[in-house]
Amino acid sequence: MKRSLFSVLSTITLTAALVACGSNVKLDDVPVENRTGTSVAPQSSDSSGVTNRAVQPVQIGGTDTAAAGPVGAARVIYFDYDSYIIKPEFQSAIEAHAKYLAANKSRKLAVEGNTDERGGREYNLALGQKRAEAVRRGLGLLGVTDAQVEAVSFGKEKPVANGADEASLAKNRRAELNYR
Amino acid sequence: MSTIQSFKRRKFVTQIAATALSAAVPGFAQFRVEVSGIGLTQMPIAIAAFRGEPQVPQKIGAIVTADLERSGVFRAIDTTGLAADESTRPDLAQWRQKGADSLVTGSVTPLADGRFDVRLRLWDVVRGADLGGQSYAVTAADLRLSAHRISDFVYEKLTGEKGIFSTRIAYVTKSSQRYSLWVADADGENAQSALVSPEPIISPAWSPNGSQLAYVSFESRKPVIYAHDVASGKRRLLANFRGSNSAPAWSPDGRQIVATLSRDGGSQLYALDVNGGEPRRLTTTSSIDTEPAFSPDGKYIYFVSDRGGAPQIYRMTPTGGNPERVTFAGTYNISPAMSPDGRWLAYVSRVGGAFKLQVMELATGTVTQLTDTSADESPSFAPNSRLIVYATQQQGREALMTTTLDGKIKARLAGAGGDIREPDWGPFSR
Repeated sequence: MKRSLFSVLSTITLTAALVACGSNVKLDDVPVENRTGTSVAPQSSDSSGVTNRAVQPVQIGGTDTAAAGPVGAARVIYFDYDSYIIKPEFQSAIEAHAKYLAANKSRKLAVEGNTDERGGREYNLALGQKRAEAVRRGLGLLGVTDAQVEAVSFGKEKPVANGADEASLAKNRRAELNYR
Repeated sequence: MSTIQSFKRRKFVTQIAATALSAAVPGFAQFRVEVSGIGLTQMPIAIAAFRGEPQVPQKIGAIVTADLERSGVFRAIDTTGLAADESTRPDLAQWRQKGADSLVTGSVTPLADGRFDVRLRLWDVVRGADLGGQSYAVTAADLRLSAHRISDFVYEKLTGEKGIFSTRIAYVTKSSQRYSLWVADADGENAQSALVSPEPIISPAWSPNGSQLAYVSFESRKPVIYAHDVASGKRRLLANFRGSNSAPAWSPDGRQIVATLSRDGGSQLYALDVNGGEPRRLTTTSSIDTEPAFSPDGKYIYFVSDRGGAPQIYRMTPTGGNPERVTFAGTYNISPAMSPDGRWLAYVSRVGGAFKLQVMELATGTVTQLTDTSADESPSFAPNSRLIVYATQQQGREALMTTTLDGKIKARLAGAGGDIREPDWGPFSR
């Protein structure tokens, strides 16, 4: 049973890797480079001191995230308002991810904290970080080391529901578990 | 991986805006400026349409009028149907009768090399005195800039303080799933794209000399901090540590960035040398410490912390010493911004579920609420400390506004399409 599950997972992983076609960026391997657009220097000052103040644009393409991980386990943990406590109903999901990570030491997990839209962007980024770290600690209690998990935050920048009603806000107060 | 494209943006957006402006209110462009409150003392000024304007792509007189009104210091006198240029002495009695204390006259003339000769003269109508003139030879692309320079000249002559009209503002727009970082004139117009990304961009921060923008980009599926040379488009990673990297703030000497890193667990403040090296940790708490902002003299870092149970603004020394609390009213005070003259602290408070821009006079601790909107964010001072730009929502759409420090004069800034947010006002140009 365990063997066949592993082979299914390997197939999924392989397929995902093929689909992603080498475009996934590893957590600890974010490209460090100076991406440079075509340089347009500001035009030289004329006698009046007025210059054409050029701004050189840079355009970034999309990034893909490869999917993999424990089959059937929840990938999203929801939180109460102003709370970072993992509710009991999500404990089984945390356990499934911990088991998967223990069995797949080469896999890396990003825990991405998110908040609802209320309040400032930077403060919400810090709040989302608290949620992500609550999940990271929950995994740590089950033996997962920090080498496999990175807690990051998107703050309020990536809502999944756009309404201002409580149901929408609740959907956005979450931590997503994404394998890379 | 990522692809980079560069393109040269044309100026048609600007031109459309200028045409609409002149068509709607010929020679009298105060439509974007809201005046609230009574007992204002504003200087009445007449800005005549510049001779030759119909033949050039920018309405210089209308841009100058909007600039001066947005400052809150001036009230524009209707000049419809009245013409004057800088070369002849105007009939000042006629302008005195219209209630003007001062008068701007000028002209725009195409030059043989394709540039334009922009000239102005400023008159003290009450004393009948010529206060001086300026001339600029500029390309079509710099006509707006010449108008802003005229506004700066007039503002400084009449108030004794430097104008901020030719400075620049950075901001971010979002349209569908496309995020853009823009550098625009101080009135929000003439926006030039600095960065386009499918992932969010937040917290742009001008370097003290105005050559670089630091910002937080999510392009690698986590927040990392870049420093971006605006003129060349070259950028480099400033902070890409484990966890989240955000809230960059430049030290006044431009040599350090203080930022929020979660590399050691929890959001804490660290100082980074702009040339690289190991970050130095400034706060050591189990709380959130974020949104650093240097005082202009470099003696303090203001920041937000929930160490007392709810987010409040604190300050400490640049090495992290002697933290002391600055805000006491309410249970949610965030996004501190210092005025360049060191007198004022702008921030956002949650008041009955709404988020409202406040300004504190640091010497007295007196706090004034500046807005009646409910989703204010990201205040930033103009370099002359007389205006604040901030993000808010109007009719369900994101908008950028400027306000005077008494909250009486507000103006909605133009901007590129889509939701508009995260303004940061750049320094005086050198």
